[in-house]
Amino acid sequence: MLKISELHKEYPGGDLALKGVDFELNEGEIAAVIGPSGAGKSTLIRCINRLVDSTSGEIYLNDNEINSLDKKELKNIRKKMGMIFQEYALVERLTVMENVLSGRLGYVSFWRAWLRKFPQADINHAYQLLDRLGLKDHINKRADQLSGGQRQRVGIARALIQDPEILLVDEPTASLDPKTARNIMSLITNLAEERNLSALINIHDVILAQEYVSRIIGMRDGKIVFDDSPDKLNKDTLTTIYGEEDWETIERNSSQEKNNDEGGEDIAGFSRKKLQMAASSSNKK
Amino acid sequence: MQNNNYNWERKTNLRIIKELIFWSAAVILFFYCWQIISKLTMWPFVYDGAEQAGKLLSRMFPPNWSYFPELLSPIWDTITIATLGTMAAVVFAIFVAFLAAKNTTPHPLLRQLALLIIVTSRSVNSLIWAIILVIILGPGVLAGIIAISLRSIGFVSKLLYESIEEIDKNQVEAVTATGASKFSTLIYSVIPQVFPTFVGTTVYRWDINIRESTVVGLVGAGGIGLQLNESILGLKWPNAIIIFMMILSLVFLSEFASAKIRKLII
Repeated sequence: MLKISELHKEYPGGDLALKGVDFELNEGEIAAVIGPSGAGKSTLIRCINRLVDSTSGEIYLNDNEINSLDKKELKNIRKKMGMIFQEYALVERLTVMENVLSGRLGYVSFWRAWLRKFPQADINHAYQLLDRLGLKDHINKRADQLSGGQRQRVGIARALIQDPEILLVDEPTASLDPKTARNIMSLITNLAEERNLSALINIHDVILAQEYVSRIIGMRDGKIVFDDSPDKLNKDTLTTIYGEEDWETIERNSSQEKNNDEGGEDIAGFSRKKLQMAASSSNKK
Repeated sequence: MQNNNYNWERKTNLRIIKELIFWSAAVILFFYCWQIISKLTMWPFVYDGAEQAGKLLSRMFPPNWSYFPELLSPIWDTITIATLGTMAAVVFAIFVAFLAAKNTTPHPLLRQLALLIIVTSRSVNSLIWAIILVIILGPGVLAGIIAISLRSIGFVSKLLYESIEEIDKNQVEAVTATGASKFSTLIYSVIPQVFPTFVGTTVYRWDINIRESTVVGLVGAGGIGLQLNESILGLKWPNAIIIFMMILSLVFLSEFASAKIRKLII
């Protein structure tokens, strides 16, 4: 349903963010994109809904080539793409409900948007989503009164109420604590599966990605260097994606920190921690 | 001898010398100007300034309290001039601000036009606008309202467009990404962000305008300034002090009200 070929992006000033990206995403398929900062993950996602215009290459969503659409067609195709952001990107001074309903702005007229007169069906849908996401008691709170996890759930509701065909998710867990991050990740993947949505999820946390998705796309320096199932991910492939790491040091550090880490007692927790460290140490912003 | 010290200074010697030269030049300039001003001042007049002020004050007493009811209508005019002037300015300023802000302007040329409007409005004092308008429209409240609003447009648009340029782009991006139209994006993501500034600026300008509208009356543009002018020219000092006291309490009241409103909204 999503097909990208030979996608290039050069930012003004000569930075090459994407150097020929090709891949296909099937209907209902959820893929995580991992890779160091600056690898082009965010640019890739932004090129797909044209928050950023790519320099060359083709992006097909179903039968529409996105780069060749005019303004009106672009607005229509954007309705089909739900986006979730790292810093939630909620309109802070509006209520939870208003934020969720903003996902329907592509469908309602300017006057309705101004007066917040959304169709009854949209309001019902918003209530269902907020109930499902555990935000029923916060409907009329302002977005800036919520915690990080709650805000991201509002972000998810805003994306889903669009009735999208694909979810574009940019670092959904990067600003959250580990527990909330897992919760958000499972919500995104579960809801996408329920609705048979494709999803492309940029994520720094390799362990989370492995756990929740069936396909991992590794990017490095504007290119895809790994595209396979999560269990193919090991030291070697991680090195291909993130570059050479001093694995021994990381191992020592993580065993020192083991006692502070809740899940660090068992072997699984230990190796998880190790991988996490490896990914995050090459990922510092 | 081995020297392990690192060399770090916030200011190099050259920089210190340059700063010394600059500050000495500034001090010399100050005394030079002082001298010129001093030459042009009739010092005997200044020496008995305290005495003159005392005499002036004594002429104001006892205040002519019976003059007070006559002032109620002009002070109401003053408040009207300030309020209507602010309202008219704000309506206009919203459009100018959105045209002037880099991130919301439809076209760079329109932006330049908007900036020109802002500069023009800001560079002319409302008293001067009032003088011009009294000539064009004749004396009265209308000239005052327009004078006040012409001056306020620049002020309000400038503060507003600067705050529009400083908004969080992520929020705008997120709404754009839903497929919303430009106008829907504007009212759903830009306006909520600038709303507090908008209210704050409006109330602040109203507060300033209350003070300015007492002055535009001096040139016949309505309000209590007219009475003040009359009293001073007619040497009716017991009347003037009543006016001074009324202006003072009005300014206090407006200051109080605007502080309250700002607190309430933000």
